[in-house]
Amino acid sequence: MSDSEIRFSDRLRERFADQILRVIDSVDGPTVEIKTECWLEVARALRDEAEFRFEQAVDLCGVDYLGFGEAEWDTSDVSGEGFSRGVEGFGPGRFNWSERPEAAHKEQRYAVVVHLLSLAHNRRVRIRCFAPDEGLPVVASLVGLWRGLNWFEREAFDLFGILFEGHPDLRRILTDYGFVGHPFRKDFPLIGNVEVRYDAEKQRVIYEPVSIEPRVGVPRVVRDDARYDQARSESAARAAGK
Amino acid sequence: MQEIRNYTINFGPQHPAAHGVLRLVLELDGETVMRADPHVGLLHRGTEKLAESKPYNQSIGYMDRLDYVSMMCNEHAYVRAIEQLLGVAVPERAQVIRTLFDEITRILNHLMWLGSNALDLGAMTLFLYAFREREELMDCYEAVSGARMHATYYRPGGVYRDLPAQMPKYRESPWTKGKDLKRVNAWREGSMLDFLDAFTDDFPKRVDEYETLLTDNRIWKQRTVGIGVVSPEQALAWGMTGPMLRGSGIEWDLRRKQPYAAYDKFKFQIPIGKNGDCYDRYLVRVEEMRQSNHIIKQCVAWLRANPGPVMVQNYKVAPPKREEMKNDMEALIHHFKLFTEGYSVPAGEVYAAVEAPKGEFGAYIIADGANKPFRLKLRAPGFAHLSAMDEIATGHMLPDVVALIGTFDVVFGEIDR
Repeated sequence: MSDSEIRFSDRLRERFADQILRVIDSVDGPTVEIKTECWLEVARALRDEAEFRFEQAVDLCGVDYLGFGEAEWDTSDVSGEGFSRGVEGFGPGRFNWSERPEAAHKEQRYAVVVHLLSLAHNRRVRIRCFAPDEGLPVVASLVGLWRGLNWFEREAFDLFGILFEGHPDLRRILTDYGFVGHPFRKDFPLIGNVEVRYDAEKQRVIYEPVSIEPRVGVPRVVRDDARYDQARSESAARAAGK
Repeated sequence: MQEIRNYTINFGPQHPAAHGVLRLVLELDGETVMRADPHVGLLHRGTEKLAESKPYNQSIGYMDRLDYVSMMCNEHAYVRAIEQLLGVAVPERAQVIRTLFDEITRILNHLMWLGSNALDLGAMTLFLYAFREREELMDCYEAVSGARMHATYYRPGGVYRDLPAQMPKYRESPWTKGKDLKRVNAWREGSMLDFLDAFTDDFPKRVDEYETLLTDNRIWKQRTVGIGVVSPEQALAWGMTGPMLRGSGIEWDLRRKQPYAAYDKFKFQIPIGKNGDCYDRYLVRVEEMRQSNHIIKQCVAWLRANPGPVMVQNYKVAPPKREEMKNDMEALIHHFKLFTEGYSVPAGEVYAAVEAPKGEFGAYIIADGANKPFRLKLRAPGFAHLSAMDEIATGHMLPDVVALIGTFDVVFGEIDR
């Protein structure tokens, strides 16, 4: 992050002190985590106040933080477990509908992330708020501020089941007519639930339970070793040499 | 008096002017559109969810299949996001090659747009002309990656390999022989850069040809002038980017405002429209093709003068050469680990955007330190554009809807993801 970005994130902390949870300095700029009840209010301030003027909401997406940071194969220590053991893990994509993990309770499971762009100041900011009740996650809708978020919120509702309070037309958008479930939740199987084919006898398209097996080849591995420091120092050295 | 009610029609999903699988439910009063409700998602493949179950590199190929007429630009956004998280610096030559191919892609996309949009509005010839030039540029795709469309050429840390020293030639066949064979191979005697030189010298004349057919054409103007007017305020509120935003007179181009790859090295202009109608957006896109041609020319000159590596020498991210792998134990281990497990990306999140031909294409990655992304969100420009359909189309006539779908430049690979 550049100096001006650091100044900007300090300014955000100062301006919204009691309305936000924290400001994270990400590699590409500040990320503001906003208290759910202040979501609309802060977004409006970011759009309207002259020092921010985020005229455009570029993107809105839902996130399901279930299983964040969990690996299928432990690499932190020497072990007798080979790489192949990882394949028998229970990570994303390795279960079918009947074996899906029953939603483990997780604080702050669902979040809504919006990327804002200010053309006037040529600046971006990312704002996030967590949906409070994981059984029925509800967040205030921002369609009143940026009309263009209409479909993006419909998409987040469709894929994650996050409800947007005040949305004028909260229908499913990407999934099939009559689809059941919210497919991008981490406890939804990658292979899906139903499959479709044309039945020549019945002369119509029919739905059946999926016949394919879950198959993910590479285990999920979390590594936190020196190699990235090395990569970073190499690139810093290269930049210094320029 | 008899009561006349509005009636509803289905436009698509099997309509040639629907550009793929758009189902548009139109509520009509006579021939005037009262409400347009696009139903999308018929091509939803869950790319973002698939990416969560694969190591980072294995999803690059999916990116080509999003906006399948501007393939490499999609890859660019994705690999840029990974590079920012990893903190690797891409060699300069690779950056210029990416710039070169982004611009080739822009011409490819705009040619496709021009040809199909003109065809929708009743001009047949242009479609054939546009595909003639597309063929030449797709040969460049094939020369560097082996695939005409779905290249998977950009990799985190650079590009897969350097430009070929010899541009592949046509071989003799029952359909191409003698004088014809000589003609099609005329530009292909030298390297790919020679080929591109010849192409860029020739291309402005081709664009003149397209403009002769359309720019002052009475029918074309009747179909596009004053149709689908998007005011600057509307363009901002609906999250429009690219030619949709510039057509409304807002000078905003990520290549200039938030430069990436090697765009700060090269000179080019940003055309903007005045009235924000279909005709202005047509003019903007045509001028963009000329500017892209100009950038390609500069890239070719730079690439000729500056040989060098096209991939980082960091074996934690990029594989070692096969030759090295055969002789060096360490290189073999790196190779094995990279292709079985991949690389783990440090925890964090990043949004990387590029100015794709259709607008801002962005990749948002949340990483949790694993070898697979925790969440990948792809921001497709067409999704935002199409969502404005109801507001823009209301009050227009039914045939104008075809002009609107054309001017939005929708491709369902990216909208449905």
